[in-house]
Parts: sequence; C-alpha cells; structure tokens
Amino acid sequence: MRPILKVENLEVHFPHPGGVVRAVDGVSFVLRRGGTLGVVGESGSGKSLTALSILRLVQSPGKIAGGTIWYASGSEEGTAESDLLAISDRAIRQIRGAQIAMIFQEPMTALNPVLTIGEQIREGMTAHATLSRREAEARTIEIMEAVSIPAARQRMKEYPHQLSGGLRQRAMIAMALAPRPKLLIADEPTTALDATIQAQILDLLVRLKEELNLSLLIISHDLGVIAQIADEVAVMYAGKIVEFGPVAGVFGSPLHPYTEGLLKSVPRRSASNKSARRLESIQGTVPDPRQLPSGCAFHPRCKDDRGDICRRAPIPVATLEPDRQVRCVKHG
Amino acid sequence: MNLFAILRAVGSNRLALFGTAAGTLLILVALLAPVLTPFAFESQNLPLRLRPPSAAHWFGTDELGRDILSRVVYGTRISMSVGFSVVLVSSLVGLLAGSLAGYYGGWFDEALMRIVDILLAFPGILLAIALVAFWGPGLEKLIFALVSVGWVGYARLVRGQILKVRELDFVRAARSLGASNARIILRHLIPNIIQPILVQASIGMAGAILAEASLSFLGLGVPPPLPSWGAMLNDGRSHLFDAPYLVLFPGAATMLAVLAFNFLGDGLREVLNPRLQSGSRIAR
Repeated sequence: MRPILKVENLEVHFPHPGGVVRAVDGVSFVLRRGGTLGVVGESGSGKSLTALSILRLVQSPGKIAGGTIWYASGSEEGTAESDLLAISDRAIRQIRGAQIAMIFQEPMTALNPVLTIGEQIREGMTAHATLSRREAEARTIEIMEAVSIPAARQRMKEYPHQLSGGLRQRAMIAMALAPRPKLLIADEPTTALDATIQAQILDLLVRLKEELNLSLLIISHDLGVIAQIADEVAVMYAGKIVEFGPVAGVFGSPLHPYTEGLLKSVPRRSASNKSARRLESIQGTVPDPRQLPSGCAFHPRCKDDRGDICRRAPIPVATLEPDRQVRCVKHG
Repeated sequence: MNLFAILRAVGSNRLALFGTAAGTLLILVALLAPVLTPFAFESQNLPLRLRPPSAAHWFGTDELGRDILSRVVYGTRISMSVGFSVVLVSSLVGLLAGSLAGYYGGWFDEALMRIVDILLAFPGILLAIALVAFWGPGLEKLIFALVSVGWVGYARLVRGQILKVRELDFVRAARSLGASNARIILRHLIPNIIQPILVQASIGMAGAILAEASLSFLGLGVPPPLPSWGAMLNDGRSHLFDAPYLVLFPGAATMLAVLAFNFLGDGLREVLNPRLQSGSRIAR
C-alpha cells in the first residue's frame, strides 16, 4: 500500500540580514499508512516547522522554499496523490482538518477563550460539511466521549478556562478529530502537562489511533514519549534528519553520535544495574542557525569527531540494513 | 468572560452602574418623547415668551414661547439617535478597516494607517465643521461628518488588538482545521477583541453627543425647528442673565448624557480589565 505521506527534500527558510536561515534543510521521510512516526530533536532543530509545513502553516517571514509533500488521500486502492505544497490555497484548506489535523503543545492558548468547548469542536466539523444543529451536537458528544471527557453534555457548554490542563488537551484532540481526519500531527502533545496526565494522553492517542485507523506524526523532544508511542523515529539536528529507522533499532543501537548522546542524557534506572549510571550530557550548545558549522553541523559537539572529513562537505545519507538511514561519516 | 458575568460585574461597579442607569433613562426618554411631553416641541405661544419654570411649563418657555421641557425631551431623541448612529457606523467602519489592516498587513495596512495618522493629527471637530459647512445642514450629513472623523479611532484600536491576537495559538489551531480567513476574523479574532471596542464605543457615544451639541450650537447641526440641546444653548445665549433657565436645562441634559456614557465607558474598562480593579473584587 502506498504511504500516506512522503516528504521529499523539504526546505523552510527564514530571511535574515545577510542571507537565509535554513531552518529545515532537505528533510525527507515517509509515513506508512496506519503507522506512527516520531520526530525528535532539541528546540530549534526544525521539527515543529517540518510539521507545520505539511499543512502549509509556516508563518511569515518563514517560507517553504522547496521540496514536495506527497499526500495520498483515501484509504483503498483508488488513492489520489497530491503535492500539498503545489495545490491551491483553497485545496489545502479542504485538506486541513478533513484529511490532516493537528494538535498543539499549549492547550491553554490553543483553545479560543471566548468560545465554548462544544462550539470549538463543532468548528472543524462545520468548516467542511453542513450539519444540522442536532447532528453536530450528537457528534460533538460522541467525540468528547471518545476522548474520555466526562459529563460531555455539560462540559461542552463550558469555556476553556473552566477546564483543567488535561481536559483542555483532550478537548483539543476532540477538536482535531471531529472532522474525521486520516492523519493526525501532534506537536509536543504532552509537553505542557503533568507526568500522570502525559501518560493518560499518550494512552488516549494510541487508543484513538487504533479505533479511528489514523496515521500519526508525533513531534517531541521527549525520547520517552517517542519510545512509548512511535514505531519509527526521525532524529533531527540543525534542520536535517540525522538518523531514521524503527524505534527499537534506533534507540537500541543508535548509529549517529547525536542520537547516542541524546539517549545517554535521559535519566534511567535499569534493573540489572541498581547503582546509578552516570548521566552524560552532550557538550556544547545547539549552534546558531545563522552560522552553522560546515560539513556535519554536529561536529563541534561530537565525541567521534574525525577531523577534516566531518568539516569538508555535507554528509550524505547512508542506508544501512533496509530500514536504517544515517548521516555520519562513521557509516559512509 | 460571558455576557452574564459582564452584567454582574457592571452591577457591582458604581461608575458603570450609574452610567447604565442614566443611559437607560435617556434612551427611555428618547423613545417615549411623544408620551412624556406636555406640548409639541415646535408649537409657539408668543404671549408666554421667556416664562420662568411654572406648573404648566416645568422648565419655562423660550423666546418664542415654546415649552422648554418638551424641547429638552425631544432633544434627547436627536442626541441619542446621532450618538448611536455615529458610534454604530464608526465602529463598524473601524472594525472592518482595522481588522483587514491588522490581519493582512501589507500595503493596505500602510495606506490605512497613514490616512488614520493624518485624520488624527487634525482636530476632529474642526474637520467635522468643515465637512458640514461643505455638505450643508441636515441630520444625516451631520452623522456622516462625525463618522468621517470618528472611525479612525476605532480602526487604530482594532488594528492594534488584531495584531495582538492574530499570532495566538488558537488562530493557528483554527486554521489547521480548515477555517478560512473570513471565518478566522469574524469568529475567532473579533469576539476576542470586542471588550476594548465596547469601552471605546461607550466613550465615543459621549463624544458624539458633545460633538452634535457643539455643531448645533454653532448653527451647523440639525436645522430648526428640530430641538437640539446645542441649538437651544445658542438660542438662550442672549438671555443668560434674564432667563438662565433657557440654557440651564439643555446644558444639564447635555452634561448628564456625556457623563453617563463616560462613566459607563470607564466602568466597563474597570470591569473588563481585572488589573485595574481595586480591592478584592475579581472579574475573570
């Protein structure tokens, strides 16, 4: 079956005095239908911009400067593939919500303070179809129950400030899923939430994905979230994907020194080794995107720095095993 | 904050409460003018010229023997209708221009803001006088002149507010669900900025009432025999010492109306902005 989403050589640029910042630089990946792809990286790595590009929501002065995003709509063989970056504004608006929906990090600010929860959930439905009042209300309650908002009939008349953080995030998920999209993009869906609520929201996403037959693209800086929910992972650094592969493989035996560093900087207690492992950190800081290091942008922080070869030219993608890709001279 | 909460907060704010009560009274007087007036506002009774207040003529009579009470009551109609029309049209024009400029930016925004700057640099009343002098007298022309001057304040306010809210996450969330630009402006942006506009409209109402009185005082307002408070003040000017009630009552009416809407505006501002509130009253 054709993949639901195929991103090729995506470029997102920001102008700045003296040139452009390539915030997303040649990103390519494939999301299988029904699959869950996680994108990890530090802030500023371009992961959120990549997600926003899919729905063409990158805000000015940022600009999608190149690439293609193939989206295959429909579920059976009669799929129609279209380049989301090439279609008209009107056509992309038909895709937003109805085909591809998105949930955001801050459930406080991503809900409109002057509309009730019910009104906001209806927003997405009514943008694409005309529904009678009763139909819309029935579907609102149905979707609110699906995301486990208790007392839906009552809650839908409440305003966002009357809800807890966890309920607000559930309401936002309900809003995104109400138009019955095929692909859900979740940009840091649990970052703003308490740890216990985080787990609930992740469970909810997994359950909904199964029930509604969704494909899921999840953006997070939290490796734990990705490990728990995704089946494939893309690791981003300075606008590029540096490693791509199945979660078990990438997290079990990382190929790129950056992935390795990320994994080592996660606090963990293993059963075999009760004495605490020393927590490592990646030395240095994320480079200034206006002045990226030449060659591999990670080389100033890399513990495997091999000198000249890492600085000379951009590192090409190497494919190891059928499903593992990495940008590192170690695997050239 | 929903409407009910606003109403409740208004009830607990003295300024707003006074403004609401006085404003309601004026509107009722304007609506019920034919019932409330003992005489027709234009009927002259020359033998009874310049009579002081009495049982028959509570506010006295003017130079032409017309009942001042009736004229003040009918004057409320003129004041209120000019005030409401000016505020309504100005705020709608300002809302449209300001939200388009703030949302889309670009050349339209640039051009609009330059026009606004120029109009604001001009003394508004002077411009209104010039326009009325150019168009000639008449109620609609007066309203048009005041709207021509009045919309700029709303446009600038709305533009600023739109700039503030258009970057918020919920706007992006709405767009990610397929909302069109029109839908985003009408359903997501404007409801979020309506509070400061309400305040401005209330204070603008006072301004419009005063402006109408000023223009009528100068003879540029509503044509006689329609009773305008400003025109009545002008009529009474020459009898300031021998018949002060000629100016006292229309003057007091003007003051009451202006104060009422200014208080309402100030009260609304306090109610709608919790940071300006004193004491323990918390309005969300």
